[in-house]
Amino acid sequence: MKRFGFRRESVDLVACRALLADPVAGAYASFEGWVRNHNEGRDGVLRLEYEGYEQLGVKEGERIIAEALARFDITGAQCIHRLGQLEIGDLAVWVGVSAAHRDAAFAACRYIIDEVKHRVPIWKKEHYADGNSGWVNCEACAAHAGEAPPLQSSGHRHEGTHA
Amino acid sequence: MVQIRVEYFAILREHVGCTHEAVSTPAATVGDLYAELDRRHAFPAVGRLKVAVNDEFCDWSTPLRDGDSVVFIPPVAGG
Repeated sequence: MKRFGFRRESVDLVACRALLADPVAGAYASFEGWVRNHNEGRDGVLRLEYEGYEQLGVKEGERIIAEALARFDITGAQCIHRLGQLEIGDLAVWVGVSAAHRDAAFAACRYIIDEVKHRVPIWKKEHYADGNSGWVNCEACAAHAGEAPPLQSSGHRHEGTHA
Repeated sequence: MVQIRVEYFAILREHVGCTHEAVSTPAATVGDLYAELDRRHAFPAVGRLKVAVNDEFCDWSTPLRDGDSVVFIPPVAGG
């Protein structure tokens, strides 16, 4: 356990990487999600604010990493997600995976970031240069309120924001 | 009647204006509770909501028990 965590302060990537050191590992793959200045066609994102439902988020994050360890031939996996105010260029999320060989490390890293984005209860508020702000994936859905009653599956799912 | 603690995050927290509230309700399920609170707060339409009881995801037909903690989960946007 303790393979998924939230941080309110900046992340020390050297220390993160060291958590995965293992004499049987011949490969280490990582993913860093960074705060960018545009999203879904909108420019002028000045900064972000991440909010998490931490008690459930940590449980779901740990479940995702346990799934990756069961599914891929890897030796270790870790993920850290930032919360609070972030500026353009800041690290928002880090995933690290160690494995005997690179194929499994890349695949598991991809699996973990994709699942974290879709399943862990974290919300992102963008603040724009024009003074407006909005909760990503929530405000866009509100525009389609008539199509998507809150208690029913609307069937549409937004893709994440990192390339 | 059961006593329920409801926690709010993100767009719902801002809309309701608080992080949590104590609710005394006749609602039998978490779906009934949502409908009752929606009448009171007129929640914004955010697309597909999920729900958790006592820090685990559950479905909308989950029965409410006295002392439960409930969180309505708007579409997430981590990463």
